[in-house]
Amino acid sequence: MSLDETGWGWRGIQLATILVYIFMFAPILVVVVLSFNASQFGGFPMTGLSLRWYEKLIGNEAVLRAFQTSMWIALVTSGACTALGVMGALALVRYEFPGKTLVNTLIIAPVLVPETVLGVGLLLLIRFAQQPRSLLVLVLGHILLAVPYVVLVVQARLIGIKRVYEEAALSLGANRLQTFREVTLPLLMPAIVASLLLVFTISFDNITASMFWRPPGVETMPTQILSMLKISISPEINALGTLMIIVTVGLPLLGGGLARLLGRGAR
Amino acid sequence: MRAEPDRQPWLLLAPVLSLLILLLVVPIAIMVVVTFYTFVTAGVEKPVLTLANWREFLSDPYYHGFLWKTVRVATITALVCAVMGYPAAYSIAMTRFRHKWLLLLLLIVPFWISFTIRTFSWIHILGEQGAINVALIELGLVDQPIRMLYTEGAVIMGMVHFLLPYMVLNIYVSLEGIDRNLISAARTLGCTSWQAFKEVSLPLSLPGLLAGLLLCFVLAAGSYVTPQILGSSRDALFGNLVFDTIMDELNWPLGSTLSIVLLVLLGLISVVYSRYMGLSQIFKGLSR
Repeated sequence: MSLDETGWGWRGIQLATILVYIFMFAPILVVVVLSFNASQFGGFPMTGLSLRWYEKLIGNEAVLRAFQTSMWIALVTSGACTALGVMGALALVRYEFPGKTLVNTLIIAPVLVPETVLGVGLLLLIRFAQQPRSLLVLVLGHILLAVPYVVLVVQARLIGIKRVYEEAALSLGANRLQTFREVTLPLLMPAIVASLLLVFTISFDNITASMFWRPPGVETMPTQILSMLKISISPEINALGTLMIIVTVGLPLLGGGLARLLGRGAR
Repeated sequence: MRAEPDRQPWLLLAPVLSLLILLLVVPIAIMVVVTFYTFVTAGVEKPVLTLANWREFLSDPYYHGFLWKTVRVATITALVCAVMGYPAAYSIAMTRFRHKWLLLLLLIVPFWISFTIRTFSWIHILGEQGAINVALIELGLVDQPIRMLYTEGAVIMGMVHFLLPYMVLNIYVSLEGIDRNLISAARTLGCTSWQAFKEVSLPLSLPGLLAGLLLCFVLAAGSYVTPQILGSSRDALFGNLVFDTIMDELNWPLGSTLSIVLLVLLGLISVVYSRYMGLSQIFKGLSR
């Protein structure tokens, strides 16, 4: 067996890789294709092309409400979570203090604890505090889920920003807040944009914990899809899936381009 | 604005730490206490300390069955991810293809597509009206659709589909970090390319592979939505048990006990791994 670029082993590996990519994307493509199916059943075969399921979707009140709910939650979560994460990352990268390892572990912990356990935990807390399940609880929960990722992303960028820039500003008479606003923040912009988008998608997409936390009667986009799936595999779900793919893939690609542009401007 | 220099980090950390303590540490502490509460009826429990919940979990084979099945399904999922992910990660790391960034971007794109949508897309592949069955019937190879959806296999398939990018990224990161001179050196010293792989690349990429296995196992073992979408009621996992106990039966003491079991089981695995290789490997993969 040879793993050289021309050998059979390498060919085999390349073939396996292509198959892996097909495995990852074929099912998603099938959803997109089936969303244009004229048939009134969600599956194959295709009986013709039609946009009727998109029309039907636009008139679906429950879906529109779920979409709005998810949008608001994701927007609020991404703003609040990014602010918390940036502050945390600043403390962890720019300062030495006792207990730093413990703080680091605690900040990473939400990734390591199974989401089901996080879900139960927060419910128990509000039960003991005798608070109702509200949208605020859902937002706070989403912030908890996403904050480790923000800290990781911002930390990585912050390590790359040399401290001499900040020291220069300080020695020229700027106070710490001014230094942050005029020097650190612009340099951090790409990481901040990346965090905002990352948190937005984490929140918008979350289902495991949201099933525990959502207030009674409130559906987010993913829980709405799940409850639709339980009734029937209607072609409407395919249309909905396709629209969501366009939003969630288009947005980060756009944001990535933007971040690159901003990064270039800051340099 | 100028606080004492040693107070400043704590001021910056205050919001995030209070969030984590209030929403993570305190709830888990409450959870531990509630495992010793007495269950009265749905939604009602008494703060009378008892070992009944733990006794029920430890003595009833029903729960052990769930635990065992969850470990088995998560193990199979992690192994399938490794077998499928390694060749892909290897070829992405070693390729001379000019647009390697595109291959990497395609690995990240699935993270942006809703997990719910990616999971239910398998209904269109495996279902009775799915691509495979419709094709087989069209070709005349079978008369009746084969039952593939709502089985354990479908659940594993769905989880592999969702976890594979994590695996590939983890392995890729460690392969990418290997000094290429080591491989050239092995080749000049007479290794075949296969031997060079076995003696150099494979051992050096082992941390990434192990981190990927851990991550896939933990995420698979904790999931309950995939079995809800792609499995039958018999394919429920430990997470489903927790969800049903809390949300349907409203049995908080038992639900807390089961949650703690899940937390300890998956936590122990993470701790054992991190002792040997450091969790930083995982986060290197995650934060890409």
